[in-house]
Amino acid sequence: MVHHAVLERAAIGVGVDRLDSISLLNEAKNGSRRSLARLLSLIQSGDTTAIDTVQNPPASRSLGITGPPGVGKSVLTDRLASAFSDRGQRVAVLCIDPSSPVSGGSLLGDRMRMEESGADERIYVRSVATRDAVGSLPFRLSAMADALAHAGHDRILIETAGVGQTELGIVSIADHVLLVEGPERGDIVQAEKAGILEMADVVVVNKSDLPGAEQAASDLRSGLEFGRASTVPVLLVSALNHTGVVDLVETIENLIPSDTVSSMRWRLRLLESLQQTVLSDNRLEDLVRRLGDGEVSLQQAVQELLQPEDA
Amino acid sequence: MTRLRIVVAKPGLDGHDRGAKVVARALRDAGHEVIYTGLRRTPEEIVRIVEDEDASIVGLSSLSGAHAFLFPRVCELLNEAGLGDVVVFGGGIIPQADRPALHEAGVRGIFGPGTPTDEVLSFLEEVVERRANGSPCGVGEGSDWRRS
Repeated sequence: MVHHAVLERAAIGVGVDRLDSISLLNEAKNGSRRSLARLLSLIQSGDTTAIDTVQNPPASRSLGITGPPGVGKSVLTDRLASAFSDRGQRVAVLCIDPSSPVSGGSLLGDRMRMEESGADERIYVRSVATRDAVGSLPFRLSAMADALAHAGHDRILIETAGVGQTELGIVSIADHVLLVEGPERGDIVQAEKAGILEMADVVVVNKSDLPGAEQAASDLRSGLEFGRASTVPVLLVSALNHTGVVDLVETIENLIPSDTVSSMRWRLRLLESLQQTVLSDNRLEDLVRRLGDGEVSLQQAVQELLQPEDA
Repeated sequence: MTRLRIVVAKPGLDGHDRGAKVVARALRDAGHEVIYTGLRRTPEEIVRIVEDEDASIVGLSSLSGAHAFLFPRVCELLNEAGLGDVVVFGGGIIPQADRPALHEAGVRGIFGPGTPTDEVLSFLEEVVERRANGSPCGVGEGSDWRRS
């Protein structure tokens, strides 16, 4: 077993033995949650041997669950996890919450709202902080999902932190994306704006027990009809009251993996990888200081970063 | 600083979580990743959460008087799950007379109402130091070390 003292050294950049990563993966495949959990920690901390061990994962289906803050993503994720589990699927959930840009710390509170899946020992739930990522998704999220697939999870739910209209990152990671909206989220113009709505495979108006839900669904449907995505289903759900969840699960099960978006996925993955490379570049801090002191322009800084590091 | 993953848990039936939330917030502001369980978790659920989240520390909060049963039960289940390297601390209304039994069960720190949050942070710093030099401090690592 890999002791926490070892993991803490790994977190500050001291590599873990390749054999340790392989034995963690093997134990995870044999059902050890502890080993899976420790492997995920290594992956998130950027340990390259751990990341290498989870390449070529077996088939699984991942669903990104995204939407603005406060629309009920956590409760809906909870209900979906239970529903898939009841259908005999092995479900894992990654719940993402932001890290503080000031302290680097994070308060991961999704479990407060996950009453059903939290009590279901068949479901693996992991809270993930965004750490040093610039956007709303933590680095190495794909590798974490791959580790879950290796451990036998065939349904992986990824709940993002609350996002705005322009954050598309989840599209690059999950096979399908569920956009959650709430009632009274604004008029039809909001729904017609470009962005995440165009990329969603399913749209849910949650809190359908509240006034305005029907109208919101109708606005979203007209918004979608004007665009190319007229076949995207818009469903009314009340996760709290369990209304509409069964229909939603059916709809998700019937989604067909699409090939047409794959080049865009690769584009987003490339950009994410580029961002990670820049953030782990040793010259970054110095460049930031020189930018602040007015020694270099942004253009010059970018040019310098694009040069090989030892040049 | 070592960033720790810490579960802050409310075992049992009491619904008072202001103390737990104050501690969770202080730990977050000190740069740690804090997983808050929400109210009314069973010892079994808490141990599964610690395991799934790969937390190396768990803080238990109880104000109902049930700590004498619940805290040792969590310790016992952690050991059974092979999580003896996890460090357990507790808070809430814990009378002095009850503390020796909790220490005996493996609880390494007990922080009552009014404890400055700095004391919890310095406890965690000591944990990190002890781990780094191989001194026992986990719930299943028999040791007389405690801070409370």
